[in-house]
Amino acid sequence: MNINSLKYCLRQSVVSLKRNFWLAVVTSCIIAVSLAILGGFLLMAVNAGQLIRNVESNVEIGVFLYADADVSAVQKQINSLEGVNSVTFVSKDEGLVTFSNSLGDPALLAGLKGEDNPLPDAYRVKATDTALVAGLAESIRAMPGVEMADYGEELVGRILKITGWLNTLFVGISVLLALGAVFLIVTTIRLSVMARLEEIGIMKYLGASDWYIRFPFLLEGMAMGWVGTLVSTIALGLAYSKLATSLRQDAFAFFIRPVTSVEQLAPIFVGLLLLGTLMGGIGSLISVRKFLRV
Amino acid sequence: MIEFKDVTKSYPGSDTPALADFSLQMEHGEFIFLVGPSGAGKSTLIKLFFREQLPTEGQILFDGKNIATFEKAALLKHRRQIGMVFQDFRLLKQKTVFENVAFALEVLGKSAKEIQEKVPLALAKVGLADKGSSFPAELSGGEQQRVGVARALVKDPLILIADEPTGNLDRDTSWQLMELFETINQGGTTVIVATHAWDVVDRMQKRVISLEAGHLNRDEKRGSYRDEH
Ligand SMILES: Nc1ncnc2c1ncn2[C@@H]1O[C@H](COP(=O)(O)OP(=O)(O)O)[C@@H](O)[C@H]1O
Ligand SMILES: [Mg+2]
Repeated sequence: MNINSLKYCLRQSVVSLKRNFWLAVVTSCIIAVSLAILGGFLLMAVNAGQLIRNVESNVEIGVFLYADADVSAVQKQINSLEGVNSVTFVSKDEGLVTFSNSLGDPALLAGLKGEDNPLPDAYRVKATDTALVAGLAESIRAMPGVEMADYGEELVGRILKITGWLNTLFVGISVLLALGAVFLIVTTIRLSVMARLEEIGIMKYLGASDWYIRFPFLLEGMAMGWVGTLVSTIALGLAYSKLATSLRQDAFAFFIRPVTSVEQLAPIFVGLLLLGTLMGGIGSLISVRKFLRV
Repeated sequence: MIEFKDVTKSYPGSDTPALADFSLQMEHGEFIFLVGPSGAGKSTLIKLFFREQLPTEGQILFDGKNIATFEKAALLKHRRQIGMVFQDFRLLKQKTVFENVAFALEVLGKSAKEIQEKVPLALAKVGLADKGSSFPAELSGGEQQRVGVARALVKDPLILIADEPTGNLDRDTSWQLMELFETINQGGTTVIVATHAWDVVDRMQKRVISLEAGHLNRDEKRGSYRDEH
């Protein structure tokens, strides 16, 4: 395959794409939608993974006391437990400051100081080992004066459950759509092959190589895959960056920090591009193998 | 040299073979007529040599090499030295005469420069130098077939094979086409023509290979269409 042949193949692909223009557009759109859904799922999975890791690596038992609890007695009891690494006392006043800072505007809660402070005194307990956290929380909960001891197990559990469901749903939908897209590519390429059957027959007598005959169809399929992917990655990229920005500014979503590192996002987008191109290539290969006897 | 050695070709689903225990030698530079009634096996012989079909038994040697053993590259090389002309012309309607002839070079990956040089030469050889921008539908049958010949010639083939090239042409036009083949043969190209045009065969006094029901029935150096003995 030399440069002249390559030029010819490119020209042929363009002619075919023009001939089946609307079918090619629809095919590209379906590819775009299936990849956008898949990409959305991947972005969500990356974010959920980060969230779970954040929660897990900071496992810290928040111990909240009743207003009338014997603070020093509780501290003594906690310290005597096995597996405790550190115990930090957070008075209700400190708690209020931390909370209002996390809301971004300290003035917001200014009226709740002193007697009006609704927060309890608390301890933050770190375990020597994450595996011990559940047992420690259990023991602490049983102590007199302790209202609750919580380490976010529900949050982790809920994240895992929700992402598990969404995983199945998204993967299912995107696989179905991808199959549909490949089928459409097969159909489009089949039409292109049919339109050029006479020409292909002559080409064989003129001594054209198999690849020379196949390559334009392969290019055609890959072009559709590529256009579809390009559309979906651009749309997805814009939507995601918009979402990430608004999440950062949203006070009530302060615990969700969207993943923005290029190292984590680039593989997703590059992967989508490759996948779309691959889908186009596979679709046209199927079609060429099936309808083009060379 | 082309050599058929005890070649039998049976198509699946038919009980009598299209060629049966057929042997033949053809030399470079020869002009050969393949004659015989419809269904005698002429096209099969051509398809076997082009390796569009493989023999059921026997061997076909080209310059001593068994063409059945050719791998992809060797097969392409083999086919590229054969120029094919068809009864139904097989021109591309949407391409001009020039583009139809250029197509033969395009599929071989030749440069635009080479195409611009060689296509007019091939068109001049077949007497269509001024028809390059016409479409096939604007030409007579004889002219269309000349385009087919130009397309076969443009890559300078060793062998030109025409399967009933005059089947769709009237007698005068057929005669002119055969004269064109003779000129091409005088340039050194081996020419093999399967035909029913008995008067042309008789007049040209070339080697005649006559087939009947898959068997070699006659092979004469300066033969005629029918057996005169
Ligand atoms: N592709 C094929 N499949 C089955 N039978 C075939 C095929 N091609 C030719 N034949 C049979 O082989 C015999 C020889 O055909 P062919 O070589 O076309 O003869 P000719 O060109 O001399 O008319 C005929 O009986 C024909 O029906
Ligand atoms: Mg025939």
